[in-house]
Amino acid sequence: MLVGKSVPRVDAHDKVTGMTRYTDDLCDKSAYIAKVKHADVCHAIVKSIDTTEAEKVPGVVKIVTCFDVPDIPFPTAGHPWSTEPAHQDVADRHLLTKHVRYYGDDVAAVIAEDEISAVQAVRKIKVEYEELPFVLDAQEAMKDGAPQLHEKYPHNILAHTDVRRGNLAEAIKEPGLIKVEGWYDTPTVQHCHIENATCFAYEEDGYIVVYTSTQIPHIVRRIVGQALGIPWGRVRIVKPYIGGGFGDKQDALYEPLCAFLTTQVGGHPVRLTCTREETFANCRVRHAIRSHIISWVRPNGDIVARKLECWSNQGAYASHGHGIAAKGMNAFPQLYPCDNVECDSWTVFTNIQVAGAMRAYGMPQATFANDCNIEDICRRLNLDPVQYRKDHLMPVGYKDAFSKNELYSDTFRQVLDKGMEYIGWKEKWAAYQKPQTGNIRRGIGTAVFWYNTAVWPIALETSSCRMVLNQDGSVNVQMGETEIGQGEDTAAAQMTADVIGLPLDMVHVLTQQDTDVSPFGTGVYASRGTYISGMAIANTGAAFKQKILEKAYEYTRMQPAVMDIRDGNIVRTTDGRVLMTMGELATAALYDRERSEHLSMEKTTQAKTNAYSFGCCFAEVEVNIALCKIKLLNIVNVHDAGKLINPELAKAQVEGGMSMGIGYALSEKMKYDPKTGKLLNGNLLDYKLSTFMDHPHLEAEFVVNPEPTSPFGTKSLGEPPVNPVAPAIRNAVLQATGVAFNELPMDPHLLYRRFSEEHLIR
Amino acid sequence: MYDFKALYEANSVQEAIRLLDEHPDAVILAGGSDVLIDTRSGKLAGREMISIYGMDELRGVSIDDEDNIRIGSLTSFSAICRDPIINEHIKVLAEACSMVGSPQIRAIGTIGGNTCNGVTSADSASTLMAYDAVMETEGPQGTRRIPISEWYIKPHQVAMAHDELQTAILIPLKSCSGYTGCYMKYGMRNAMEITTTGCSVNVKLSEDRKTFEDVRVGFGVAAPVPIRAHTAEQAVRGKEVSEENIRLFADQTLEDVRPRDSWRASKDFRLHLCRTLAEDALREAVRRSGGVING
Repeated sequence: MLVGKSVPRVDAHDKVTGMTRYTDDLCDKSAYIAKVKHADVCHAIVKSIDTTEAEKVPGVVKIVTCFDVPDIPFPTAGHPWSTEPAHQDVADRHLLTKHVRYYGDDVAAVIAEDEISAVQAVRKIKVEYEELPFVLDAQEAMKDGAPQLHEKYPHNILAHTDVRRGNLAEAIKEPGLIKVEGWYDTPTVQHCHIENATCFAYEEDGYIVVYTSTQIPHIVRRIVGQALGIPWGRVRIVKPYIGGGFGDKQDALYEPLCAFLTTQVGGHPVRLTCTREETFANCRVRHAIRSHIISWVRPNGDIVARKLECWSNQGAYASHGHGIAAKGMNAFPQLYPCDNVECDSWTVFTNIQVAGAMRAYGMPQATFANDCNIEDICRRLNLDPVQYRKDHLMPVGYKDAFSKNELYSDTFRQVLDKGMEYIGWKEKWAAYQKPQTGNIRRGIGTAVFWYNTAVWPIALETSSCRMVLNQDGSVNVQMGETEIGQGEDTAAAQMTADVIGLPLDMVHVLTQQDTDVSPFGTGVYASRGTYISGMAIANTGAAFKQKILEKAYEYTRMQPAVMDIRDGNIVRTTDGRVLMTMGELATAALYDRERSEHLSMEKTTQAKTNAYSFGCCFAEVEVNIALCKIKLLNIVNVHDAGKLINPELAKAQVEGGMSMGIGYALSEKMKYDPKTGKLLNGNLLDYKLSTFMDHPHLEAEFVVNPEPTSPFGTKSLGEPPVNPVAPAIRNAVLQATGVAFNELPMDPHLLYRRFSEEHLIR
Repeated sequence: MYDFKALYEANSVQEAIRLLDEHPDAVILAGGSDVLIDTRSGKLAGREMISIYGMDELRGVSIDDEDNIRIGSLTSFSAICRDPIINEHIKVLAEACSMVGSPQIRAIGTIGGNTCNGVTSADSASTLMAYDAVMETEGPQGTRRIPISEWYIKPHQVAMAHDELQTAILIPLKSCSGYTGCYMKYGMRNAMEITTTGCSVNVKLSEDRKTFEDVRVGFGVAAPVPIRAHTAEQAVRGKEVSEENIRLFADQTLEDVRPRDSWRASKDFRLHLCRTLAEDALREAVRRSGGVING
């Protein structure tokens, strides 16, 4: 069995030797370079664009402005398309816009023979604007008289949804209840994938071909077709290896514009590569969400009623929209169930850049708010935070009525126990509870989360898989789930090898998706890759194996029922005799002068299940009050992601997620100039992505309760690790200093402000 | 691709000066870690460049005939960090240079570039301030020696004409002898960082290590250019090594620093940092000198 073993990544050799070719490596050197003219105002109508001087720059081939593009609004979110118009993504983008809705919006594009000419020409484009007032904050944007971004959305509200359970108004009349209330703010942050957004496009035989760094090739094909108003089959998307996505590339970014630009220069290749600054300022970001929670609890801690309101800052266009806030809100009543709940969430347009999908899709924001509030309850009632969570988290057997997700095992207790033991909770908690008065103070904290696996029943879950027997008996596998650095190809190879009965080197997962060649698939997001592709591999592989054995019957005269494929051989199961190798079978079948047959299997698997994934984080911090600095001393995440397909890759996923969580907790925030709406720190110097010098050892541990709905017992792990880190650190800082940080990041600016307010510094 | 008009390579100081004279719009290119960033951003796009990077005569650390530590302007941060003369006489400069950016930046970035671009956040500058370094320049009028106290005119402007070239930074040995320093760089993270506020303190203690014979302190990002805090130095010079005097010193720095509000940090926070870093750096410098506080 290969599943469960830490085999080396199938792409490791090429990646570490620099042989792996990414989008930019594949672009023909003759390609024209496109550069976008970004608006240097925050909210305005474009009155006119003067390209006279720009056209004079030597090397400029063509300049296209917002007055030259088709008037076809299109959506960008990387969701599976819905055939019901009411559930389709909001179509509010144009290739270039006449209505600038955020600082940096795209108003024109230059196509030139080289990058320098393109950049020089962009600088010479003169745009005349009629400026409009702008608004950057979600709650401000909902007020009467606030600047309006989109006609169809009064008060800038893209969507509002709610949850009601029991009767909150009645329940809170109970005498003696203690009210624990807080406002919790999370910042706008960026994914910071290593490879910037990049694509190139050309025309060939009446088709538009786009190579792009995306997580979702078939979805991008649909969106390019929609944006250009051409049949989707006239678009071919090729997705090579990519240098990270984290959800930013679960959106159509510049592929539609690049596809349009090639049509403007006779189909000549055009490359559109974002700079790091453009990746910051013009791609997607994580929604900043402000949450207001009130919990009514009895003196013993019993939760009687809870109220949540949250406001999600969508930025200028709908992209993934309300899905993010709704996901977090819908999680709220499930984690700490109580009988009386009122939740409301609003997703609101503002004049900042567009928020889309980012690792864990609303849950880091929700987990921060929720587990801060739970910690506040513990402190108010003087209860042990771990025991309190154990007592009030969803109980074993809990089942969500909508998703049908179920908590099958005592997972929460198991992960908490494992985390406590690693970090030495009992001794440290007790020691740090004693009053601390010096400049250096220590604390320890925890937080928990649950997370979905894939998107059912909110949206379609489907995966297609094709397996082909090669001449030497090895098997090629193609699927829609993309390798984006997370190890999807390796997991798929391990699962395929086990299902069919092959050694790993006889399985070749074709990494490059090409929408003209690859079976239809929606890509990777929502931590669906291994869970959903595992189903497709199990079904396709089983059918393929049966087909191979039936073919083997023709050469061995043995019934398929007494044969199996083991380690690349056709074996008689009754006595273990090797009848022929897979290579012999493949050669026999393909070169059979009477009954030649190309053996392949292709199946679509639809998933109508989802799975709860669980975990916790424990963090120990040391706070230097005078220096306004938090030093992480120890940190551990414990996950139950079911069975681990590849334990080392699983650990790597968790470590990466923890790092992202640490940045979210302590340093990352996109800052917008209140006077102009301009992003101030859109580069890797001023945006404080944490470095490994800012981390202690990142400990990743697992509890394994195999997931019953998965043929391989697996469930989500890609996104979950980021969820509990920030609230665990916040709760540790609270124990250390007594100061509740209800805002992220807890960077020195915030510490200085809060410590001053609390008179901890002179 | 970088947008520049022409690139000239100077092989000697005299050639560089001639090229500067011939190309009044040209920019000097040393390691390039600032110039190329500004070229890419558009600030220096389309300019002529005169590269001096190949001039090995401007590299290295030595002690000259006049008992100065002579640091060639093209000496990289990483070379300074591992240089034996620096580590023997002015170890704090190695400490400061080790905190610049990343290993890659420290390998390409030069101390000359760090001081000639006239920025207040330069990690080497506060230490050079605190040790009374002298800048040596060559130009059509010959060699000039400019005390660092007169070097910084305003942000991005130093006391050097267009056709002059900084060739070395001199630190008098007498300025190092008996002094022990500590540099504290404050940033928002522990690597790849531009300084929020930097503070370089050095002390010379009495023989019994109970008295501050001398204290000097330089700051970065505490004013538009790197500065000394003379009031604070004066306040404790000759006084007992005590907690009270360390705090007095820290408080007195506020008389000299004048940080600004910016989105990178508020003025109040920077003032707080100046005082806190001065206190911590002085305490650490005393510890490194073998001094005993309230001994």
